[in-house]
Amino acid sequence: MNNLLDSFSNFSYRNKNFIFLSFLILPLLWLGIVYLGSLLIFLGHSFFHLDGFTGQIVYEFSFKTLIELFSSPANIDILIRTVALAACVTIGSAIIGFPIAYYMAKFTSPKVKIFLFIAIMLPLWSSYLVRVYSWKLILAKEGIINWFFEKLNLEWLLDTILSTPVIGGPSLSISYIGMFLVFTYIWLPFMILPIQASLERVPNSLINASHDLGANKRQTFYKIILPLALPGIIAGSIFTFSLTLGDYIIPYIIGTSKFFIGQAVYTHQGTAGNIPLAAAFSLVPIVVMVVYIYIAKRMGAFNAL
Amino acid sequence: MLFRKGSINKLNQAGLGLRFGAIAGLLFLHIPLLLIILYAFTTEDKTYQFPPPGYTLKWFEIVLNRQDIWNAVSLSMQIAIISTFLAIILGTLAAGALYKTSFFGKSSITILIILPIALPGIITGISLRSTFGVLGIPFSTWTIIIGHATFCMVVVYNNVVARLRRTSPNLIQASMDLGANNLQTFFYVILPNMGTAILAGGMLAFALSFDEVIVTTFTAGQQTTLPIWMFSELIRPRQRPITNVVAIFIMFITFIPIVFASYMASKTSGSEGSIK
Repeated sequence: MNNLLDSFSNFSYRNKNFIFLSFLILPLLWLGIVYLGSLLIFLGHSFFHLDGFTGQIVYEFSFKTLIELFSSPANIDILIRTVALAACVTIGSAIIGFPIAYYMAKFTSPKVKIFLFIAIMLPLWSSYLVRVYSWKLILAKEGIINWFFEKLNLEWLLDTILSTPVIGGPSLSISYIGMFLVFTYIWLPFMILPIQASLERVPNSLINASHDLGANKRQTFYKIILPLALPGIIAGSIFTFSLTLGDYIIPYIIGTSKFFIGQAVYTHQGTAGNIPLAAAFSLVPIVVMVVYIYIAKRMGAFNAL
Repeated sequence: MLFRKGSINKLNQAGLGLRFGAIAGLLFLHIPLLLIILYAFTTEDKTYQFPPPGYTLKWFEIVLNRQDIWNAVSLSMQIAIISTFLAIILGTLAAGALYKTSFFGKSSITILIILPIALPGIITGISLRSTFGVLGIPFSTWTIIIGHATFCMVVVYNNVVARLRRTSPNLIQASMDLGANNLQTFFYVILPNMGTAILAGGMLAFALSFDEVIVTTFTAGQQTTLPIWMFSELIRPRQRPITNVVAIFIMFITFIPIVFASYMASKTSGSEGSIK
């Protein structure tokens, strides 16, 4: 028995491919059949279409559904709205996240750095739903933001912001500002960590050299630090952008009655039973992200991860 | 010398604006979580009034006696444990196969492993749902588990691959040279090296599964997991104070494995240097 095991061991050590295949077969079958199979079947539906009279799916290859997606102004609105929000959230989280990342990378002792690292990881890993819920408490009419503005006698300021067209609304929890805040809050750690990693790699001697050569703090920041942090920002933007594109929970809980891509997919597959259109909608974030990641890769974002 | 010292000091001193920005950002990340805790003690049960008019512990007692919540908790626990178990097996195997090999199509397989977490959850969810529908598989706890295991795999994979890359391959060679067979090498050399990474990945997978709502929505039939219960309360708040308490509970259940995982990851990264 032992002999058999030994010779098997020798065989498998010499034949790396055998070990490799026996390891890979299980996960590959699972992902290939359960996941990839389902995914392709679902996305493939975008080339079928719904029969207008019977409401049944017609299993015939055509571009009808894709044409429907891009020809209806309501659908185009949904696409533009979602991409615009995702872009705003990305910019917002870069602006809010940069100081933390910069401080972490360049101005802390190792101990403080570990503490800050945990402080950023904790919200990232703690419950997504609970964090969205917390903003329901914050944005409510009787909640902390309104209370804060009231105490400072600044209600007029809040009212002015809310009465601004497009971004405003009847209250914070039913407005694009509210959605922007929640999205930024939820995805912020995804932005901080890559920026921090890329800043970590900027050698201090480079900053010293810049100062020695007579650049002031401002010039050093804009000419040295920011360009070197850019791959990190782009890497972070991949997360914030794609996560915002596909989310349907936040627009459902906070926000106006206007649809976003995620909600459109949800309604079309659910109550409407229009799986082809849902699949066509799902293709949009996938295609956008493939293009985005391709550009990001060319700009060196993946070296920052 | 003086000049150098001066310039380093200047470098190490964060400007006022930067400090303010960093502190503001950190507050932005953490105040919402603190508010959740505060709200669990409020006496107000109709609105989200701030500051709370009074404080009480009675909601905790009410939640303790709510059977429906306990059922949801136990269902979520079961799902998380089984999916984590599956994810550990699949993720570790994939990591073992992929970390050192290079072959045609390897990058496609790596992408395939990451895909379930990279694509929006709604796409994964609907895809699985329509497949279950076509195959006539009734929705059950097991359909939820299949969905969860698929996207939990990547967390285990990432952790184990990172550890494998930092472990010297000579260790395995040495073990075989010294006459150990496959099983012995696995149990005496590989597993002790990988153990904490697998466990850390498993912990994160558990937290991920326990908290997941999107894929669950599509792969569940009548089952109510804790996140699904929470989600329905978020859409139509009927029992605000109870939701606050459940929110704290979810926070702590996911909090413990995360802290544990990062503790294990940090504990072992030190000892690896000495192995090399």
